[in-house]
Amino acid sequence: MTPAQRRSIPLRLALHALMVVLAAVFLFPFLFMLASSLKTNDAIFADLESGRALLPVGDLTGANYVGAFARGHIGHYLANSVLITVVTVALGLVVNSLAAFALARLEWRGKQAVITLLVILLVVPFEAISVPLMLLVAKLPGIAFGADGVVLTGSWLDTIYVQIIPFVANTFSIFLFYQVFRDIPKDFDEAAYVDGATPWQVYRHIIVPSSGPVFATVTILQALAMWNQYLWPLITVPGEAARPLMVGMEQFFSARKTAWGEVMAYAALITVPVLIAFVFFQRWFVRSVVGSGVKG
Amino acid sequence: MGVRRHSPIAPWLFGAPALIGLMLFLVLPFVMAVILTFTDQRLVSPRPGAFVGLRNYQRLLSVGALVQTPERSAAGAPVYARVRSITRGNRAYAGYRPLTAFRLGNRRVTVLATDPAFLQALGNTMLFAVLVVPLQCAMALGLALLVNAGLRGQTLFRAIFFSPVVMSMVIVSVVWAFLFNKDLGLFNQALGWISLGAVRPVDWLGNPATAMPAIVIMSAWQGAGFQMLILLAGLQGISQELYDAARLDGASAWQRFVHITLPGLRQTVLFVAVVTTIAALGLFTQVDVMTGGGPRGTTATVMFEAVRHGVREENIAYGATISVVYFALITLVIVVQQAIRRRRGGGVA
Repeated sequence: MTPAQRRSIPLRLALHALMVVLAAVFLFPFLFMLASSLKTNDAIFADLESGRALLPVGDLTGANYVGAFARGHIGHYLANSVLITVVTVALGLVVNSLAAFALARLEWRGKQAVITLLVILLVVPFEAISVPLMLLVAKLPGIAFGADGVVLTGSWLDTIYVQIIPFVANTFSIFLFYQVFRDIPKDFDEAAYVDGATPWQVYRHIIVPSSGPVFATVTILQALAMWNQYLWPLITVPGEAARPLMVGMEQFFSARKTAWGEVMAYAALITVPVLIAFVFFQRWFVRSVVGSGVKG
Repeated sequence: MGVRRHSPIAPWLFGAPALIGLMLFLVLPFVMAVILTFTDQRLVSPRPGAFVGLRNYQRLLSVGALVQTPERSAAGAPVYARVRSITRGNRAYAGYRPLTAFRLGNRRVTVLATDPAFLQALGNTMLFAVLVVPLQCAMALGLALLVNAGLRGQTLFRAIFFSPVVMSMVIVSVVWAFLFNKDLGLFNQALGWISLGAVRPVDWLGNPATAMPAIVIMSAWQGAGFQMLILLAGLQGISQELYDAARLDGASAWQRFVHITLPGLRQTVLFVAVVTTIAALGLFTQVDVMTGGGPRGTTATVMFEAVRHGVREENIAYGATISVVYFALITLVIVVQQAIRRRRGGGVA
């Protein structure tokens, strides 16, 4: 007998009812956002009096979406955010898995010291170093692509790469890879080394193919973190050219506080792709979070 | 240890990109932060920062008190001299401004600080953590128990409860700012409707008493799903045999919860509480989007002050000092966690 079958029917109905009520509590802001994004301001305000506020009913319009694109530069910021997220995640998968491979599968002096250092670094929240890091990137020599070709500049501020390079190496990703790589039986690489394989070949043909799930986990966690970045671009990217979506959203919201429909359309446009990804890869999202908690 | 089958440089080559990245963008800024706190470095300045000793820390953390006895009583209420009339021109109080005041008998005690805005922000941040951590963890535990109860559709409900986590905090803040709106927000509409108009509309984000609680509720709503999943994994790690044995002995559902579930989750709950606390102490996005630190500074936070001084006012040395104090807070949380773990681990099973 499963635990559920032991419970009485009224209790199960009550728990079910509670779950439905809670689901409503967790869903209504999404519903409000989506419904409002399809209505004129007048319709939004009129519908606030009733449950219609959460439903796409009445005279629906796509004008808010047109407005968000026209006035919110959403296409431009979207391209920036996609570029930043994709490049950071892709580079991060390679860089962090390589480091984890060295830590988990190779023997070398200083390995324990590096692991200890990483454990300490694991607890440094990004917020604690963001202000000094900003001074650092403000003074690093950078490059810019101007009208007269590639030019050297004296700062990384206001660029796309200032939003990418500092986030490629990630202690947490290294640890996720490390835990998985460490548990792969050592016989495989021993046999490969006997046959004259190089560490690179072992990494490429044995370790990576047998640890697909952790690559998915790191991709999801890192992509979400990058997509949702706010503090860092806020302080390092004052201009519009390299601005990502979240900062664009905040600016649009501050500038057009009364245009509820357009702001909601903007929010929906940013959220819906992530929600669709979540629905399709739900199992992987769940596994990622659980994997991230196990290390405790 | 097996025979080494690769060159001694190979591991460093594999590790180099990540290690260089971490050194440059994590270790170096942290070391810089500590050094900067002893200087007067500005963000944009032709001259390098000069050594100023502990001046940044003094400005950040100095507090004093001004105790006043009433000058006279007007209609039964004691009247005190204005604080500024005492502090102005008095070298002992140079740089001090009032933070808060309270009564002690017939005396009035005014707490003075050289940076009252920071101390208020520190207090706000602690308040946020103290409110949001228990609320969010309790919500998460409730949700985890519910979706672990073996009811139909639990995978769907688990996904629904988790969905706000994948939503960006900026979006959540924007949507909830509308929900909290005084005249048109859904919350006030619902309150008015439920109370048949008896409850007056609340200016949730504009009222010093409700702004922080409003942000607490929203943050718990956004984050609870994350902790729910981790607690769920913890719940599923508790042996079913324990429950079966307890049931045979006639233990009630409540007894099973108190004596099996809670002890079994102890480590997980501790971990979840610590992670939530660290995240809570870094509160920034919600405040920046929804209130800008207001009303009257009641939602300003440590990180908000670090960004305000370090970036917006370009006083990077002072911003770094706030970052270091923030890091000290995090360290304290982790030290406490380790102490609890060790005591629990060393004690009775």
